[in-house]
Amino acid sequence: MKTLKNLGYLLGLPMLLILIWWAATLGTVNFFVPTPASLVKTFGEVWFSERFFTDVLPSVGRLVAGVSAAIVIGVVGGVLIGSVRWLRSLLEPTLEFFRAIPPPVLVPVLILLMGITDTMKVAVIISGCVWPVLLNTIEGVRAVDPVLSDSTHTYGIDGWARVRYLVLPSASPQIMAGVRQSMSLGLILMVISEMFASSSGLGFTIVQFQRSFSIPEMWSGIVVLGLLGVGMSFIFQWAERNILRWYHGQKEVENAA
Amino acid sequence: MSSRTPASGGAAPSVERHRRQARKIPTKQLLGLAGILGFLLTWELIPRLGIINANYLPPASEVIAALVVDFGLTAFWVSVGETMKAWFLGLLMAVAAAVLLGFIIGSSNFLRKATNSTIEFLRPIPSVALIPLAVLLFGVKIESSLLLVVYAAFWQVLIQVLYGVADVDMVANNTAKTYGLGRMARIRYVVFPTALPYLMTGVRLAGAVALVLAITAELVIGSPGLGREIALAQSGGAISGMYALVLATGLIGVLINLVMRLIEKKTLAWHSSVRSEVVV
Repeated sequence: MKTLKNLGYLLGLPMLLILIWWAATLGTVNFFVPTPASLVKTFGEVWFSERFFTDVLPSVGRLVAGVSAAIVIGVVGGVLIGSVRWLRSLLEPTLEFFRAIPPPVLVPVLILLMGITDTMKVAVIISGCVWPVLLNTIEGVRAVDPVLSDSTHTYGIDGWARVRYLVLPSASPQIMAGVRQSMSLGLILMVISEMFASSSGLGFTIVQFQRSFSIPEMWSGIVVLGLLGVGMSFIFQWAERNILRWYHGQKEVENAA
Repeated sequence: MSSRTPASGGAAPSVERHRRQARKIPTKQLLGLAGILGFLLTWELIPRLGIINANYLPPASEVIAALVVDFGLTAFWVSVGETMKAWFLGLLMAVAAAVLLGFIIGSSNFLRKATNSTIEFLRPIPSVALIPLAVLLFGVKIESSLLLVVYAAFWQVLIQVLYGVADVDMVANNTAKTYGLGRMARIRYVVFPTALPYLMTGVRLAGAVALVLAITAELVIGSPGLGREIALAQSGGAISGMYALVLATGLIGVLINLVMRLIEKKTLAWHSSVRSEVVV
């Protein structure tokens, strides 16, 4: 009974919305809004074809490459900058400025510097995604508990071991907050870099459908992007649950006390 | 966003550290300035030494000169105005809708459970996916930017409001009930103050995202504003003009961050998270 109720909560509203959509498009022929049935049909036809290998997979590959590179650069750079006080003071205002630049404007800049290549698209994603991770890591490293920090010094824990067992775990809640931001940014940048200048990829294909007024196809592309976003959010939540298990546990204990 | 760190102990050393930092503030700002100057110098030298062709990356002095020229042009300020208009209107609509829906959904257990799956599904959809739709519906008008801005900003605020409303202290709420406060009065005096810090966090995050999406819409769709000017400058070969506009968007971003933090501080002056900073 309880699982049935939960299932009702899970599926109730989506079913209702789809029903409303179906009823609203029934009988009318609206050029802009396809019926649910035609959307499902088009979705299968368009995306379960070789397009999956020529457009979807390369896009996702660039996205994964860009975001992972940004995370690695951000965490390594953040730990370095965050541990050295004068370096932090030296670089922080400049980095804040870079974070404040809306990343999409880097697309024309990087096209100019690197030409229209795959490397450029990955570079766009990296250059946009690195800032939230980098600045959050700096902030997290800076806020390491001074008592813990002194204790590790006293026990002679230094160098890599200190980073591995003190700095990274203390900073990880902040780092994960940064990673979450950069993952959603990465998806946006992937689409924009392809819409702006490309001849393949998800963003290009969707704009192409729109320009040729293939409306159901365009909607199916929007659905693909949506599913991609949802998938990434699930992966992130799974990763966060595993990496920050100790942190959530600690929070619970603190809140209960 | 978990902005609070798990490390909250160790009050004595942190007071000590604050004092040391207070004395160090001038050096810190000087170092920051040196960092910016160093960056500009590096930028100046890279094209001058021919590491990157100056046609593609003009030296910093040229770009800053172009930016100063821009500051004197009406057309530049019109573009800035268009971008800010899309940003502000979009943010306003998103916040209004999110606050209203957030309080309605958050105050009912049934609604919260029933909408959870839908919200979790719609929220991660990148708003750039709506670009083709915006083009079809509105063309290159400001409504295109608004559609993207509102969609992106709405979820940021809604999620935070939902967290905030859920955070209401049951004891406070029951006390208010016992004293005979009606539903509206409870929302005004118990729920709203609890949710306000969350709301302000949401608005701050949404403000940054809204700028990104406003510029994106202008860049990709071509609705009026700074983004379109950047695209035009790039395709027209006005390279230092393009870099100047990129700098300008960065300055706007910094300005928005500062203003948002200031508003957050002012509206939450009574809240312990802000107050404690002053006391310590």
